[in-house]
Amino acid sequence: MIRIEPRPATSTAFKLGLPILSAVIAILGAAIPLAFAGADILTAYGEMVKGVFGSLFAFSEMLTRATPLIFTGLAAALAFRARLWNIGAEGQLYLGAMAAVAIGAGAIEAPGYILLPLIIMLGCAAGAAGMVVPTMLKTRFGADEVVTTLLLNFIILIFLQYMLEGPLKDPYGLGWPQSAPILDEGVLPTLMARMRVHSGLIIALVAAAVAQVMLSHSVWGFKLRAVGENAPAARHAGIGVNRSLLSVAIVSGGLAGLAGVSEVAGLKGYLTADLSPGFGYTGIVVAMLAGLSPMGVVVAALFIASVFVGADSMSRSMGVSSYLADLIVSMSLLCVLVGGFFARFRITRTGSSASKTGEA
Amino acid sequence: MPCRPVRPPDAPAFLLSSKMTVDLTVTQTTQTKVLSLSGLSKRFGSVIANDVIDLDLHQGEVLALLGENGAGKTTLMNMLFGHYLPDAGTVEVADEGGQMQALSLGHPQAALAAGIGMVHQHFALAENLSALNNIVLGSERLGRWRRDLRAARAKIEQIMQRTGLVVTLDTPVGRLSVGERQRVEILKALYRDVRILVLDEPTAVLTPQEADTLFDNIGAMTREGLSVIFISHKLREVLAFSQRIAVLRHGKKVGEIATADADERIIARMMVGADTPETPRTDMTAGAPVLELEGVSVTGRSKRDSLVGASLTLNAHEILGIAGVSGNGQSALAGLISGLTKPSAGTIRIGGADIATVTPANMIKAGVGRIPEDRHHDGIVGAMSVAENMVIERLNSAEVSRAGFLKKDAIKANAETLSRNYDVRGPGVDARARLLSGGNIQKLILARVFEQTPQLILANQPTRGLDMLAASEVARRLLEARETGAGIVLISEDLDEILSLADRVVVIHDGEMVEAGTRDREVIGLMMAGEATPHEPQQSGAGTK
Repeated sequence: MIRIEPRPATSTAFKLGLPILSAVIAILGAAIPLAFAGADILTAYGEMVKGVFGSLFAFSEMLTRATPLIFTGLAAALAFRARLWNIGAEGQLYLGAMAAVAIGAGAIEAPGYILLPLIIMLGCAAGAAGMVVPTMLKTRFGADEVVTTLLLNFIILIFLQYMLEGPLKDPYGLGWPQSAPILDEGVLPTLMARMRVHSGLIIALVAAAVAQVMLSHSVWGFKLRAVGENAPAARHAGIGVNRSLLSVAIVSGGLAGLAGVSEVAGLKGYLTADLSPGFGYTGIVVAMLAGLSPMGVVVAALFIASVFVGADSMSRSMGVSSYLADLIVSMSLLCVLVGGFFARFRITRTGSSASKTGEA
Repeated sequence: MPCRPVRPPDAPAFLLSSKMTVDLTVTQTTQTKVLSLSGLSKRFGSVIANDVIDLDLHQGEVLALLGENGAGKTTLMNMLFGHYLPDAGTVEVADEGGQMQALSLGHPQAALAAGIGMVHQHFALAENLSALNNIVLGSERLGRWRRDLRAARAKIEQIMQRTGLVVTLDTPVGRLSVGERQRVEILKALYRDVRILVLDEPTAVLTPQEADTLFDNIGAMTREGLSVIFISHKLREVLAFSQRIAVLRHGKKVGEIATADADERIIARMMVGADTPETPRTDMTAGAPVLELEGVSVTGRSKRDSLVGASLTLNAHEILGIAGVSGNGQSALAGLISGLTKPSAGTIRIGGADIATVTPANMIKAGVGRIPEDRHHDGIVGAMSVAENMVIERLNSAEVSRAGFLKKDAIKANAETLSRNYDVRGPGVDARARLLSGGNIQKLILARVFEQTPQLILANQPTRGLDMLAASEVARRLLEARETGAGIVLISEDLDEILSLADRVVVIHDGEMVEAGTRDREVIGLMMAGEATPHEPQQSGAGTK
């Protein structure tokens, strides 16, 4: 008879080792579909590594891909720490992007040191608004934020299509549903000549560092952790639970909005409905892989960006589907979730069917 | 026959604890044995829940199984009843002819067939079925419902007549009182012709009168030849109603004593293994009012968590005991004072100042220290450190934070001082609070509360689930706070605790609070059941609208 019992404590080594082990298992597991696809496994992995580390350009592409994932990963990680399940980073990302092009694509003409901060702030505010609404529905009426934030994604996407066909449509866009480009003054400068990696990455890294410090060293972070770990005890201790939730909603939504700003103002230049290949959802995987730690999010985002960029390169040179990247990402999430179960419980074998766990 | 450990038959007196010199002989030799546990051991992981326990039960006897929380009482009974399989040891039960037969362990069916019944602390009744249906439920064969029910009713009525365990058989259980529900549970066992009945903490939810009735009924049943084991940690009732007492401590049987030879001090020492420190209680004159409720009502989801026009005054240097059967509005009163529950009417003054908006933060600001009933759920954030839990109620004070950032060193130093002063033991102040034992979690909360020298303290079930040493420490701290000038609201289901600590007693029943005006157990008990009026009505302000 197998018995499942809670572990008294989880070691630090286990917590650190779990995501690494999950990533390794996921990458090794990808060999199975690779073999089915008829590719030579070692060559394929070699191509993947080359696709990320093979050249400075490849590496910069990986960093470019990681940038929005750091933002959405942080958005998920901070909200999840407070047990606020923000599944709406995808929608908030587009809200931020829409705000960026709404004022950055010609509505206001100002020098860069005014326009760029303005774009960033309004993008943040738009993303934050997209999370504050479902959070207020939760604190006021008890509406489940998993449902509301998830469904808001689709509403926002339809709103985006309307905006791109209407108010935000580029008059010189040859009829394509896309916005006018961000003015040069509003563009996030690139970090290296002839590379796409842009200063959004710096903002993302600073955001992660600030989040890490705030979480463990500030009163705000203390309250957020207390609310997430035991809301009734936090309320009993005089912590305003709803206030904490709203404040983390603003931060979480704002970070997701920043992902949109950074993609539009740093990479694409203009907004289309396919700006994000699911960065909002992948951010959840990043956050889980990072164990909801802000600095962990940076590492996890780099890993997942490497998988995507590496798999792209592999699929080009080996002729296998680039969906393999999604497979690896999904498997690593599954491994983390299963591993998380083993971090909290252990399985023991007992001799008899009649014995059960119980208190003395 | 299974082999048994070698030990002298009917070993006489024994107090296995090394320092004890009490030598008492149990004279049970003339009676017939109906149950014999020998060498029962059970281990859960690294915890030895039961360590080679031998226990005999004789016909018509009431044996009290006494021990603190975690001493192994429930584990032992669960092995007897087949819920757990022992790691070692055997059980023999007398069959109907009086012959001892080995019981097949690990099978509740076998225990039932051998005539062993158990009434758990938490009842297992279907609330929408009648008492009669509840009693026969599970013992009927399908397809013969109606005819058996008529026979069953006759049989139950006969049992009720013999034992005095009377309930109205046709009332849905949901409409019966707690005492009646317990009778249904016992009837359920008797209907199955048990010869040995195990009662797990049977009086935990009863008023003193209901408890007395229960023990009268048990007396009637034992005269009919039933043998009873009752599990308890209340010394008073064990001394009053049992013939023999067996004491468990840390999974070992530390002794057995004839009730006639025992007194509270002896068995308390057997349970704890040391003398429990006395909590001296000095006379004090009450000071200025610290808590005034005027016509305060709380509208809860049900009558059980509501208050109706409560008025009371609590002064400094005073402990006010709130006596009542659980679920009569205590949670509403506790919620009110801790700030979690907003009143629907009335005024609350603390230290003479009106509390306009009732929130936990405002209550803390007004100098209210709160010891919550559910210390794991409301008292601590288990995943956060001991140090963090010690400052969680005053995050914005200058000692804890500056400009929104935590003073980590000061928080840690504070926790180390408090741990020393309040004897909080555990893996350290940086460890997660959930790793502490229940007693140490309570000490953490006491440290957090008393360190702020509150003028008003809400102590809601402060000793529930604690071992006797930890409980006496809580009592000592409460009395100390009373001496230094705090007013204390003590909510407890244990009337003995209230009578030993409180200066005044208020009885809460159905959301109404009435000053008892007496310390008489009988009168208070009747008031708890809603069957008596206060001794001196309308005295010192407590009453209903």
